[in-house]
Amino acid sequence: MLEYIIRRVLYVIPIGLGVTVLVFALVHMSPGDPLSAVVPPDAPEEMVQDLRKAYGFDKPLPIQYFTWLGRVVTGDLGVSVARGREVVDELRIAVPNTFILAAGGTLLGFTLGAIFGGIAGYFQGRWIDKLATAIAITGVSVPHYWLGLVLVIIFSVEMNVLPSIGMGPGGSTAWAWDAEHMRHLVLPVVTLAVIPMGLITRTVRATVAEILNQEFVQALHAKGLFQRQVLMHVVRNAAPTTLAVMGLQLGYLLGGSILVETVFQWPGTGSLLNSAIFERDLPLLQGTILVLAMFFVLLNLLVDIVQSAIDPRMSRQ
Amino acid sequence: MTNARTLDSKQQAAVDAAQVAVQSRGYWATVGGRIRDDKVTIVCGVVVLLIIFSAVFADLIALADPYKASMLKRLAEIGAPGYPLGADEMGRDMMTRLLYGGRLSLFMGISPIVIALAIGGTLGLVAGFLGGRVNMLIMRLMDVFYAFPSVLLAVAISGALGAGIGNAIVSLTLVFIPPITRVTESVTTQVRSLDYVEAARASGAGSLTIIRVHVLSNVLGPVFIYSTSLISVSIILASGLSFLGLGTEPPEPEWGLMLNTLRQSIYVNPWVAALPGVMIFFTSLSFNLLSDGLRGAMDVRL
Repeated sequence: MLEYIIRRVLYVIPIGLGVTVLVFALVHMSPGDPLSAVVPPDAPEEMVQDLRKAYGFDKPLPIQYFTWLGRVVTGDLGVSVARGREVVDELRIAVPNTFILAAGGTLLGFTLGAIFGGIAGYFQGRWIDKLATAIAITGVSVPHYWLGLVLVIIFSVEMNVLPSIGMGPGGSTAWAWDAEHMRHLVLPVVTLAVIPMGLITRTVRATVAEILNQEFVQALHAKGLFQRQVLMHVVRNAAPTTLAVMGLQLGYLLGGSILVETVFQWPGTGSLLNSAIFERDLPLLQGTILVLAMFFVLLNLLVDIVQSAIDPRMSRQ
Repeated sequence: MTNARTLDSKQQAAVDAAQVAVQSRGYWATVGGRIRDDKVTIVCGVVVLLIIFSAVFADLIALADPYKASMLKRLAEIGAPGYPLGADEMGRDMMTRLLYGGRLSLFMGISPIVIALAIGGTLGLVAGFLGGRVNMLIMRLMDVFYAFPSVLLAVAISGALGAGIGNAIVSLTLVFIPPITRVTESVTTQVRSLDYVEAARASGAGSLTIIRVHVLSNVLGPVFIYSTSLISVSIILASGLSFLGLGTEPPEPEWGLMLNTLRQSIYVNPWVAALPGVMIFFTSLSFNLLSDGLRGAMDVRL
């Protein structure tokens, strides 16, 4: 198993490098001069040339890439053009905010999904299974940004019981464990939870159904175990797959919360991406995408390691 | 019929298999029979056809001009005279715009899957069939794309390229190439190791002939089914990009963009503002159920 873990950890290096190449390429794919955001259009040609040199844009692309990579490795993501602040500082505020949303959404989605999926798999083919399956497919089919809007319409516009935008009172951008912040968390977390709920319901249902059809379950019954004890065996067998799906979902929500953050004007990485795109703030765009992708890579690694720890079959493959 | 309802899915499959043996029907006849028995799939198929039909023939069905604004009718209620589904923030007829909106939303959702199927399918077929270093190269490249959550990748690429329908389609295509490549590769690898492929090779068939005659026919089904299951995600993402302001640009009618521009009006006329999302939801739900039904009928395990 140790060998598997080492191999898996080492594999992060080429993937990580690939990610940096892709992120670098993305920004250089974007149309227009990367200087256009900093230089006024009527600037004299000499000044433009000087700036080009200062930013290193006059060098060939591979050299630019390695210079950039060298800075990234030491934790320097550059300065946001539009905000004039270090990209790292912007991310230090935004990432925890997004993480709260994503973690809340995953947790809620996982709890509901495990319950629905477990029941559906256990009572295969009955009406309750059909209901859970219907909920699951609705969950994966619903455009969550629209669901967020509908929730705002119901709970903020019509009933006026929950806040519709922001993270806390007075445009707060720092999380606090108080009632006001919790109230702001409800709608976005419910919105984000819908997709993981659907996916986890499906996974758990399929896994539980498959396990129940295996011979060892009948053997357990024949051995005279109580229903409750058999159930524990089923849970233990279903856990690795389910945890893997949950871990990946956390990663998807971290990187994919931009739509929901836009609906609720949540001050997280999604909002950073949004303003970076529309202000053509390339360092901020580059830095945010890179950090989110790296989180996803590490989360994938963690999922694989945890999975191999609880399911020895994984690492033997 | 009442007896059949109590069977679980495994038993049902056995019964189906027995029926096939008795009547010795062909594969496609079996698939057809299963679809005919599956009411949900038939209904969803009809709904998908209706949605596509109403988008394509929007100019024949719709009563009004999708671009004609009216200051007086701004945000008219659902059921207002002459405006069965109300009017948007510019006073344009909602029903007309929802019908026309399907054109772009469906086009932007489906075309990335078609292109990604062509590119990813080819890559996966090559990687799976040749194996070795080529496989390594292609699959490791795909791993890099897998390092991005799909929404992030789509937003990152279209954000870098700038707003526009073409750029949105490019970014979504890049999102869907890796998963399709991966599925094609794993199916191809499985098929390649089957005995009859070995037999064909032994009898002197060239690689291209083997791919065309023996491999492709076994790979296409599962890959096609998998691709149809991606359409629903693609439609949601395509409208999502427009919702962020990255896909379609105003005044084009498109569901995601309509949702975005109507968002400002939720305190005035909330339920009209929610309508475009209903269309996205029903479309994606129908595609999802249809794909599930086809997968069941064709008995594809992925």
